[in-house]
Amino acid sequence: MLSVQGLHLWRGDRHVLRGVSFDAGSGQCVLLTGRNGAGKTTLLRAIAGLLDPEEGKVLWRGESTRATRDTFHSELAYLGHEPPLKGDLTGYENLHYGVGIRRAVAATEIDAALDRTGARAFADRATRRLSAGQRRRIALAGLLLANAALWLLDEPTTNLDADGQALVAQLIRQQLDRGLVVAAVHQGIELPAGKVRALELEAA
Amino acid sequence: MRTPALTAARLVAGRDLRLAFRKPSQLLQPLMFFMIVATLFPLTLSPEMSRLRDVAPGVLWIGALLSSLLALEFLFRDDAVDGTLEQFALSGQSLTWMLFAKTCTHWLLAGLPLALSAPVAALALGVPAAALGSVVAALALGSLALSLVGAICAGLTLGARRGGVLLSLLTLPLAVPVLVFGADATRLAIAGESVLPPMYMLSAIVVLGMTLAPLAAAAAVRIGLE
Repeated sequence: MLSVQGLHLWRGDRHVLRGVSFDAGSGQCVLLTGRNGAGKTTLLRAIAGLLDPEEGKVLWRGESTRATRDTFHSELAYLGHEPPLKGDLTGYENLHYGVGIRRAVAATEIDAALDRTGARAFADRATRRLSAGQRRRIALAGLLLANAALWLLDEPTTNLDADGQALVAQLIRQQLDRGLVVAAVHQGIELPAGKVRALELEAA
Repeated sequence: MRTPALTAARLVAGRDLRLAFRKPSQLLQPLMFFMIVATLFPLTLSPEMSRLRDVAPGVLWIGALLSSLLALEFLFRDDAVDGTLEQFALSGQSLTWMLFAKTCTHWLLAGLPLALSAPVAALALGVPAAALGSVVAALALGSLALSLVGAICAGLTLGARRGGVLLSLLTLPLAVPVLVFGADATRLAIAGESVLPPMYMLSAIVVLGMTLAPLAAAAAVRIGLE
């Protein structure tokens, strides 16, 4: 489904991605590991199309993601290092507007996603009043609601307690039944061994 | 079911309106700035009405331009910082439509109130009551043109340090035609002459801006997100 072929990317004079290649099919989770500055976030952003690599290409379902950008993006959910939430909106409003621009979403669906991520109890508060972990749970609900085949996750367990980290592992396992996940991680995520592939990036 | 582009644009506009009313200080800042600039001028000049009337077009339009520059800083900045723009770019929707919605909402919140409050400042500058309608119309059109031009520049300065200064440097030269035709319309309105020729020019700039600015802003934002 996803094929990353020989990505080279420079940031200024730093050669961050040096010919990164991998293939991943449905039901697989690619865990990107490596030290700080190894290019994990850069690789995720390049796959998503937020960065233009100088060389190489990304194929989704056999087609270049540059040529079919909107279709690819409609099948993609990207969760960056910081949850993309508006501090002056409630968690519920953030999901209503954030997911609503992608697909029609009913209030009951939002409630169900908030239940699954354990965020229902605080979803009616302005997100700037929430803890970092609570904000992350709201963002995870948004990820579920995106109904995307490909998840790109940048440090998805950041700021989460042990329960939250187990929740992320559970959500990824469920996602693997319907698509694939590429995640940049610092700490391990408990996933079935046969479905995980680790890719270590080296700092330039 | 995938959200139609216009519905997505409506949601973007609705979200920005809701956010603006939760943070009224950001909403009022450019308007207050315009009112202060426009009402301070009569205090520094001679109180002769004829003299104030002569400088009124310049004062109103420079005030409107500086005030819109102040508001433009907020157009994409918060969305870039909190990752909202990234989500727009990755939503599978047309970024052009979403940024067009954001720009129009920005004008509704910053440009239109400025135009509607202009009669107060204009009366202080000795503008005859009969000219106020034309002054408001010219400022409404002009501020929309400034928002459209400014959206491109705000997109281009997304990733820049000290983006506010750069934004002004980029926007000011592009705003000159708006300033010239807008001030001319105001001058003709005060003189009791037909304002149609400069208003046609302002309208043409707005039409051109509506056609091209969202496309250019979307391209600029994509570059800024890199």
